[in-house]
Amino acid sequence: MSTGDGMGLFLNILVDGAAYGMILFMIAVGLSVTMGLMRVVNLAHGGFALIGGTLAHWAGQDLGLAFPLALAVAMLGTLAIALPLERLVYRRIYGFGELQQVLATIGLTFLIIAAVNLWQGSALLPVPLPESFARPVDLGFRTLPLHRLVVIGSGLAVIAGLWLLLDRSRFGIRLRAAVDNRGTASALGIDTDRIYMVAFGLGALLAALGGILGAELLPIDAYYPLRYMVLFLIVVAVGGLGSIAGSFAAALGLGMIETAARYLAPDLATIAFFAIVILVLALRPQGLMGKVSA
Amino acid sequence: MKSWLTPFLVLALAGAAFLLFPYNLAFLTRILIMILLVLSLDLVLGFAGIATLGQAAMYGTGAYAAGLFAVHASGNPLAGLLVGAFAGAALALVSGLLLMRTRGLTLIMLTIAVASLCLEAANQLRGLTGGADGLRGIRMQPVLGLFPFDFAGQTGYWYALSVTVLVFAGLAVLTRSAFGLSLRGIHESPARMAAIGVSVYWRQVAAYTIGGGIAGIAGALAAQITQLVSLESYSFTISAEALIMLILGGAGRLYGAVIGTVIFMVVHHVAAANDPFNWLFVIGALVLFVVFLVPNGLVSLPLAVTRLWKGARHARA
Repeated sequence: MSTGDGMGLFLNILVDGAAYGMILFMIAVGLSVTMGLMRVVNLAHGGFALIGGTLAHWAGQDLGLAFPLALAVAMLGTLAIALPLERLVYRRIYGFGELQQVLATIGLTFLIIAAVNLWQGSALLPVPLPESFARPVDLGFRTLPLHRLVVIGSGLAVIAGLWLLLDRSRFGIRLRAAVDNRGTASALGIDTDRIYMVAFGLGALLAALGGILGAELLPIDAYYPLRYMVLFLIVVAVGGLGSIAGSFAAALGLGMIETAARYLAPDLATIAFFAIVILVLALRPQGLMGKVSA
Repeated sequence: MKSWLTPFLVLALAGAAFLLFPYNLAFLTRILIMILLVLSLDLVLGFAGIATLGQAAMYGTGAYAAGLFAVHASGNPLAGLLVGAFAGAALALVSGLLLMRTRGLTLIMLTIAVASLCLEAANQLRGLTGGADGLRGIRMQPVLGLFPFDFAGQTGYWYALSVTVLVFAGLAVLTRSAFGLSLRGIHESPARMAAIGVSVYWRQVAAYTIGGGIAGIAGALAAQITQLVSLESYSFTISAEALIMLILGGAGRLYGAVIGTVIFMVVHHVAAANDPFNWLFVIGALVLFVVFLVPNGLVSLPLAVTRLWKGARHARA
């Protein structure tokens, strides 16, 4: 804290909280897509963030590719793993009860963790970022690494893109139709299998992107999916299933609250975080902006 | 004939395990404690249909309550068990009043949040709980004033076995009672149970409270026998593993909880001793196998195989 006065503290919390919240949003929004729209309690979501992060680490560190190239390799690689998984495993999970979904996806998470460990070991897997990302940017009241601004910008781009895709495109209309009533949508000539596959791939891609961009704040190692599983689920549950805007509000709000608590009362940060989560879910069981009850 | 044969066989196996593995009594005792915890989850989830990933909240609270009771009040093991049971039930009752108003994902997240809150509270109250160092200085008096806890863990094993058998018997009675049947009914269809005049909410609160008491007993046993309570007692891992054990064995059957726990713990013991990550391969594959191929749990496997053998049409049912 360079500025001691109240206003400076407030601005610091605002900026750090926004950066943290955006990362939460980017990873959790993919989960909101699969869980809210497709009604799958997908505990393996963090696994796709791990796969993306591991591939980015491998492409950047071991192959020595430049960051944009490594990012592309990681995203395509994640997609190449996610799509067959959807076809072979998730397609059968869609019809399960909640508990079976929880278990099946926990089982998948274990397999992903074990596979990543077998390949890259259990140490930290840093993702090499371009040097320019570390460059400080002067905001007037404090300086901030460019990386944080890139994260905030990407988060805003993701929410705009998703809104266009889900609310304004033909694909979005078909997806919502398939989710509302799969049988009818299918009878109307919508290829629901394909729609589900694309939506699932989209969720996995967003997880990978969030995992890679967020690696500075939520470092990647083999246990990543288990360590942050609860955090991502909470963002989605608080935001409301299937609501992109809800996830955004929840991620930003929870990011701000936790950041504020870390500045003001570090010992009580975690307690405050969970107390607020319980309070919100007790008052609004369907989440901040959930349309359907969870 | 069958009604007395199974319990007899299980008890004989428990006795045989004591004779066959005299150097692994600590591990066998841990299995018994986990069986208790999974039994509590079976009542809550398998019978009453309450989806929870936070059973560790009551387990940890029972452990800390019994541990603190032993350190500050009395080393009497049975009194400690009661304290643990009471603490677990009290937490379950208070949180259950809120939790049972929600369903599905919200309920799961709230149970996780309650356990996380307990974990963080125990972490912060260092003066009372020892924080990350764990609660130390637990000294137990002999069980019933007759059997002192010994270094080899023989007393601990028989003590845990006795408690587990008593709880199992209690649950067997409870699940066959009108109350237990109404819980099954709520699991099958809450709307119909409400329609015939059952207060679904209060029955679920009651089931959650009883389950919490049993989880508290499991935690208290762990505290008394290992003479240590660590923050791990509240961890998400415990809740998740208990759930996996239950589904492995078969939810909604008391023997399912026993079989699933034994298989999970033994596989874990053997596989994790070599490499903790390879263990994740094994358990991940096992979980997927059960969820996809034997959804009613391994306890239903013999039946499924028999049906397949006879070529019955309902083999997949």
